[in-house]
Amino acid sequence: MKTKDILGETYTALSANKVRSGLTMLGIVIGISSVIAMVSIGQGAQGSIQSSIESIGSNLVMVYPGAQRASPGAQVSSGRGSSRTLTQADAEAIASEITLAKAVAPELSGRYQVTTKGNNTNTSVNGVDQNYPGVKNIEVAEGSFITEQHAKSMSRVAVLGPTTRDDLFGEGADAIGKTIRISNSVFTVIGVTKEKGGTGFGSQDDMIFIPLITAQKFLAGEDYVSIINVQAHDSESMTALQEEVTNLLLARHKISDPTAADFSILNQADIVATASSITNTFTILLGSVAGISLVVGGIGIMNMMLTTVTERTREIGLRKAIGANRSDISKQFLIEAIVLTCVGGVTGVILGGLISWAISLTGVLQTSISLGSVLLAFGVSAGIGIVFGYYPARRAANLNPIEALRYE
Amino acid sequence: MIEAKNITKTYTSGAEPFTALKGVSFTIEDGEFVAIMGPSGSGKSTLMHILGALDTPTTGEYLLDGKNVSDYGQDELAHIRRNKIGFVFQAFNLLPRTSALRNVMLPLIYAEVNESEREERAKSALLAAGFDENHFHHLSNQLSGGQIQRVAIARALVNNPSLILADEPTGNLDSRTGEIVLGTFESLNRKYGRTIILITHERDVAEHADRIIVIKDGVILEDSRSHQRRKSVHLDSHTENKAEKVHHKQHAHPGAEEHADSIAKE
Repeated sequence: MKTKDILGETYTALSANKVRSGLTMLGIVIGISSVIAMVSIGQGAQGSIQSSIESIGSNLVMVYPGAQRASPGAQVSSGRGSSRTLTQADAEAIASEITLAKAVAPELSGRYQVTTKGNNTNTSVNGVDQNYPGVKNIEVAEGSFITEQHAKSMSRVAVLGPTTRDDLFGEGADAIGKTIRISNSVFTVIGVTKEKGGTGFGSQDDMIFIPLITAQKFLAGEDYVSIINVQAHDSESMTALQEEVTNLLLARHKISDPTAADFSILNQADIVATASSITNTFTILLGSVAGISLVVGGIGIMNMMLTTVTERTREIGLRKAIGANRSDISKQFLIEAIVLTCVGGVTGVILGGLISWAISLTGVLQTSISLGSVLLAFGVSAGIGIVFGYYPARRAANLNPIEALRYE
Repeated sequence: MIEAKNITKTYTSGAEPFTALKGVSFTIEDGEFVAIMGPSGSGKSTLMHILGALDTPTTGEYLLDGKNVSDYGQDELAHIRRNKIGFVFQAFNLLPRTSALRNVMLPLIYAEVNESEREERAKSALLAAGFDENHFHHLSNQLSGGQIQRVAIARALVNNPSLILADEPTGNLDSRTGEIVLGTFESLNRKYGRTIILITHERDVAEHADRIIVIKDGVILEDSRSHQRRKSVHLDSHTENKAEKVHHKQHAHPGAEEHADSIAKE
């Protein structure tokens, strides 16, 4: 029997029972479309988390101060990040001695009450130098950023984040040249940064940047730094960079036991990896819930095919009597099942695509459909057709023509 | 040509083995019109299944056109049915909601005949079975009993089989329609030289055939030719000769168009 004729017979058989074929397909449609939609939501979440991590800079290794101990051997710890062991000199040493470091940007941050005429807010004030924008992906929308000159001369200038600018001067107001007061010191606004969006690790838009030395002298009163941001040339060299920075700082701080280090290092690649593994688990969870409905849909197909074989016993007997052999019969029923699942599969892919597109439209999440999930869903649906169609098809093929013809 | 040599059939599926045929032998030549007659339970259905290559005998040999098909497997039997046998069933067994033409084309699909040729052959078979041309595209559930049986006959005919087997073909028809259908068989035999085996339990249906084999309890009781019974022996033998000629002509030119031509000329 020719393939074209089998398809013709399949079409006739399926269209003879449109409602039943449609309902059976619906099971597969729901299964496939939910797999596609769920996986696209999972991947969208992964993408959005990844991009907000990367918005704080790329290929970053961050050095934090370690815990401060009152005296050697003391048991009381005031917690990680509390010690004042990192200095600008450490940052300069990293910059000059480690070739893997593309740029180094030390930073001293703290929260202060900031006031202008009539308005005030409490926000994060970061003492930074001229390398900071390059390392942390910060761009200036108006005015200019802190220059080397500002950093050296202890100028009292400030660059505002757009949210801070809105809070202090009103939305979109021109803030350049105006003055603000941070903890009793007066600063002149010289620039406003571009909006970054992203809420991953605290808004990057609600911040004030001032020269590092100014922050040390006027706000903190000491010359330590709270983070040293070190940027690697590429993501491959990050682990090596982390190791070199560790060794250098251990040597500089005269610590022989690495477990007693008075600083800790956070590698951005690790953060991304952790976040990815969380969203991956999430995607697998969603996908497997959807996968269950796919299996239920497959069982629906098998149920329908078994009913069909019973119903059409006499037809099968007739086909055998006029010369159909076993493979003709089994092919016909198998292809009926495969056509059902594949048509259901295509419809499901389209429906799943529409669902994920609709979710993107609402703006909650930028979903992304991967070719992999489409191929997987389609492969699974074709597989279900073959697996769940095989048994009914075999049953039909092995019917005894004499008994089949007599079947009432 | 059909040769049955001492065929027996024993069913072992029940609690006790049951022998339906107890050694049946006969020969049917090409172009014969034979009725196999017997009451229900006589073994005639079992015999039909074996003659129709739906089943194989337990012992003995069944030769169809010189080939021994007694020990063929399922798929080989399907191949024999496809090429050498046409069935007409009591219950018609047309595909539901399918046009008359498509029903007749069905065996050609399994025989992998070209699409263009299929329709030609199906149409000529329908015409040969006396089916009205205007109803070719009517669905099977829109046809009357007589029309349905003609479609079934055309379907049995379309593959140019060596043998047409009709199992109680008039069983579901009223007597008038039954006569018309039997007339169709007669004309297929007389005009086109078809070998026809008619299975029935009614004497007056069997009377339409040239030869009657009576079977009872799995053995042949009687095998008689109609020469004695027929009123016009002369006419009968004349027609038989003619049928023989047409038959040979067909074998010399087995192409479908030739076949259609020969039908048209008649």
